[in-house]
Amino acid sequence: MKQSVFYRIKRNKVYLLLLLPTLLYYLLFHYVPMFGIVVSFMDYNLFKGVWHSPWVGLKHYRMFLSNPDAWLIVRNTLLLGLYKFIFAFPAPIALAVLFYEMRWKKFRRFVQSVSYLPYFLSSVVLSSVMIMLLSPSTGWINKAIQSLGYEPINFLQRPEWFRTIYIASDIWQMTGYGTIIFLAALAAIDPQLYEAARMDGANRWKQTVHVTIPGIIPAIVIMFIMSISGIINIPFDKAFLIGNAGNMDTADIITTYVYRIGILGGGMSYATAINLSLGLVTMLLVYLTNAASRKVGETSLW
Amino acid sequence: MVRTGKIGVFDVVNFLLLLFVAIAMLFPFLHMASVAISSPEYVVRNEISFFPKGLQFNALQAVFEDKRLWIGYRNSIGYVVLGLFISMALTITSAYALSRRGLVFYKPIMLYIVFTMMFHGGMIPFYLVARSYGLIDTIWAMVLPNAVVTVWLIIMRTFFSGMPVEVEESGRIDGLSDFTVLTHIVMPLSKPVLLTIGMFYTVAIWNDFQSALLLIREPNLFPLQLVIRNLVVVGQAGDVLEATTKDGHKVILESLKYGIILLGCLPVLIIYPFIQKHFEQGAMIGSVKG
Repeated sequence: MKQSVFYRIKRNKVYLLLLLPTLLYYLLFHYVPMFGIVVSFMDYNLFKGVWHSPWVGLKHYRMFLSNPDAWLIVRNTLLLGLYKFIFAFPAPIALAVLFYEMRWKKFRRFVQSVSYLPYFLSSVVLSSVMIMLLSPSTGWINKAIQSLGYEPINFLQRPEWFRTIYIASDIWQMTGYGTIIFLAALAAIDPQLYEAARMDGANRWKQTVHVTIPGIIPAIVIMFIMSISGIINIPFDKAFLIGNAGNMDTADIITTYVYRIGILGGGMSYATAINLSLGLVTMLLVYLTNAASRKVGETSLW
Repeated sequence: MVRTGKIGVFDVVNFLLLLFVAIAMLFPFLHMASVAISSPEYVVRNEISFFPKGLQFNALQAVFEDKRLWIGYRNSIGYVVLGLFISMALTITSAYALSRRGLVFYKPIMLYIVFTMMFHGGMIPFYLVARSYGLIDTIWAMVLPNAVVTVWLIIMRTFFSGMPVEVEESGRIDGLSDFTVLTHIVMPLSKPVLLTIGMFYTVAIWNDFQSALLLIREPNLFPLQLVIRNLVVVGQAGDVLEATTKDGHKVILESLKYGIILLGCLPVLIIYPFIQKHFEQGAMIGSVKG
C-alpha cells in the first residue's frame, strides 16, 4: 500500500510541482492569517509582536459583548444584509424573465449588454458617482426633487437613508450580471411546454406564470441558498466609502467597525475578536448552506 | 423566443420596462460625461441631465493636467500587468494539475483549497501577516494577497477536466511531456475560459481598493482607485487640481470630479465591448458547476 502511494507521487510529480506555488500561496495568505486569530486572545502590541504580547484569554470577547456599540453594529450588519437579501435577490430573476420574453432580439441584446456594465465598476467609482448624484447642493437627484417643488434631502448624512441607498445601488450594479445564471436555466426549458400551454388556451402572461417561472425554480432555490451567507458577509468597501459621521448610526457594520477600531485605532486584538466571531458564524452558515444545497439541488459548492 | 403570436399588452409592457432598465443603467454614465464636458454656467444652474450643453473640455483638461491621476494610472496598469501574469500562471498550472484524473492526494488538496472559502482570519490578522512579510508599500501588496481566486480556479479546473482524453493522448503519442501538453494542447483549446478568467482578474486588480487602503501609504504607489477616493470621496480635489486650468479657464469642481470618475472607469468602458461575449459564456460555466 505504502509503495503504491510512493509510486503515485512519483508518477504525478510534475503535477504536484505545478501545484506547489499555488499551495504555498494558500498557506501564506490564507492559512497563516488563520493562525493570526490568536491575537484576539492576547493584548497584542505591534512592537512586541505575537511572541511577546501577553495572553488575556477571552477578555476581548467579553469586552465586545459588554459594549453597547456591539449590539448596534451587529444589528446594522444583519438588517443591511437581510434587506439586501429581500430586495436584491428577486431582481435578477424578474429581469431574466423580461429578457427571455422579449421578442425583439436586437433590443434584448442591447439591454442585456448595458445591464452587465455596472458590475465592472469599482466600489470607489460607484461610491463616487453616488456621492455626486446625491449631493444636496449639486447632485442631479436633489435637483430633480427641487424641480418638483420639494426640499433637497441630504441623503448621505441621514442614517435613515443609508440602507435604501446601499441596497438600491447594489441592485443597480448587480442585477444585470445576476440574470446570466437564470437565463441559462431559462434556455433549458422545453419549448413543447409552451406549445401545450397554448393548446390549453394560456395567454403570454399565464404561460410566463405557469411554464417559465416553474422552469427555473431549481436555479432559484440554489441561488437562494447561495446568497444566504451574504446576510452576514457584507463587503467592506462600499459601506466604508459612503459611510460618514452623519449616517454612522446605520452605516457602521462589522467590517467597517473592525477597520476603524483595529487599523485606525490600533485595537487589533479587540477587532480580531469581533472579526473572528463573525467569521465563525459565517462559516457555520456557509456549511449549512452547502449541506442544504446538496440536498435540494444536485449541485453543491464542493 | 420561439413563441409566436400577436404583439400584445404583455410585449408593450415588457418593452417599456426594459427601456427603463436600459436608461437607468446608462444614465449615470451619460450624466457624468455630460457634466464633465459642459460649460460652467449650465453646470452651476444644474441644467445638465442627459446631454452636454455648451460643449467645452476645460474640466477634462484640468483632470489630465493632474499628476496624481497619472501616477495612479501608471501604477494601476503596472499592478494589472504583473498581477495578471502571476494570477494566471498560478491558476492555470494548478487548475491543470487538479484536472488530471487520478491525481494523488486530490481530495485533501481540494479540501485544503476550498476550506479557505469558508473561513478566513479576517482583516487584522491579514494585515499583520502582510506586514510581517514586508508587503507594506511595495508592488507585491497589490498582486500577491489575492493572487488566486478560489472560485475561478475551480471554474478553470472544471473546464480542463471536460476536455476529451483523446486530444491529450494524441499529444503524448507525439512525445509531449506533461507540461507541454498543457501549453501546446490544453491551453490553446481553452481560449474562452482563459480569456474570461483573465478578464475577471484584470478587473479585480484594477478595481482593488481594500488592499491599497490597508497596505499602501506611499502616494507614489497609490493605485488609481485610491487616488480617486482621495480626490472625490474624501473631497480634497481643491489643492493641486486648481479650479482653473493652465490657460486660465475656470472649471467647476463638479465637472472636475466627474471627469476624474470618468477617467477611472474609462478602461472598463473601452474593453467592455470586446470582452462582453466571452464573459457571458465564462460566467455561465462557473455559475453552478463546481
